[in-house]
Amino acid sequence: MSDNIKAATQEYATRLGDDAVVLGHRISEWVSRGPFLEEDIAYANVALDYIGRARMFYGYAAELANDGRTEDDFAYMRDDRQYQNLLLMEMPRGDFAYSQVRQLFIDIYYNLLLPELVNSKDDTLAAIAAKAIKETRYHLRRSRDWVLRLGDGTEESHHRAQAAVDSLWGYTHELFDMDETEKLLADNGIGVDTTQLREAWLKHVSAILSEATLSVPEDGWAVRGGRIGYHTENLGHVLTEMQFVHRSYPGCQW
Amino acid sequence: MQDNALELFEVFIRSKRGLDHKHVGSLHSEDHAQALEYARDVYTRRSEGVSIWVVKSSDICASQEDDAEDFFDPNDDKPYRHATYYELPDAVNNM
Repeated sequence: MSDNIKAATQEYATRLGDDAVVLGHRISEWVSRGPFLEEDIAYANVALDYIGRARMFYGYAAELANDGRTEDDFAYMRDDRQYQNLLLMEMPRGDFAYSQVRQLFIDIYYNLLLPELVNSKDDTLAAIAAKAIKETRYHLRRSRDWVLRLGDGTEESHHRAQAAVDSLWGYTHELFDMDETEKLLADNGIGVDTTQLREAWLKHVSAILSEATLSVPEDGWAVRGGRIGYHTENLGHVLTEMQFVHRSYPGCQW
Repeated sequence: MQDNALELFEVFIRSKRGLDHKHVGSLHSEDHAQALEYARDVYTRRSEGVSIWVVKSSDICASQEDDAEDFFDPNDDKPYRHATYYELPDAVNNM
């Protein structure tokens, strides 16, 4: 592996790890706050899937970095400007409809991205994708189900689901952006060209939203910046809560 | 809990191919499809199963404790219904 490919791959693994750990943390905020016990347990499972995925990506990034850092250093010792997660992942959990609509957008995205990443010439990325595909198919069953129930449910649930769709839409465009790092990897058959995924994503999302009697927003404003470390005000709060034990008691074990 | 509107389902899990589905517990959900998904998350987290059945609790017709006398006691004095009641001919090795 040439040096620039290796550096790009490390950054790519870190980004995918950032996406997973931030979203996993956001979902974990539902633990003990789910609408009922069964859903509480089910959604916690999804959070754990994402934390597990973050460990695999960070583990690989650490291996490529080969500078003594571990997966924990990637998760706990980097500040918000160093985090390169998509902004959609860091938005606060909001109400239940908001979380499920966000989940639907992301689940459909990964259901398109992971089957491509499985074909990566990088064996480790391909292996992580192969494991994650099964999880993410199940996640989509859940989020699709919830969006249908909420959208086509009561007046209140419909209103909340539509409000979530409208307020999250501007954060979805970033999912399909590519910078030089990602282009290099896509050109070399290692990363996924996400610009190719938007059409299928939009088609899939639109089908589910209309089945849920929700309307697809017009493309208007769009926020970007996660991949270069420009975040919303929300990420700092996530990291504060997530990192404080590790930073207060370095090397602490129990 | 705000699960008054949710229905109760009984969950049966088959742990291995070839074995029977066994009752493992119950859960609340909106309908059969959702019950199946929750059963997966609540009862098979540690790879307990290869197949899940869910049944509405209200669809189960159960025998009553009060009926025990009529239902089960009459069988207590009919030992000839057990294979062990009979003496096997020597020719039969395995029974």
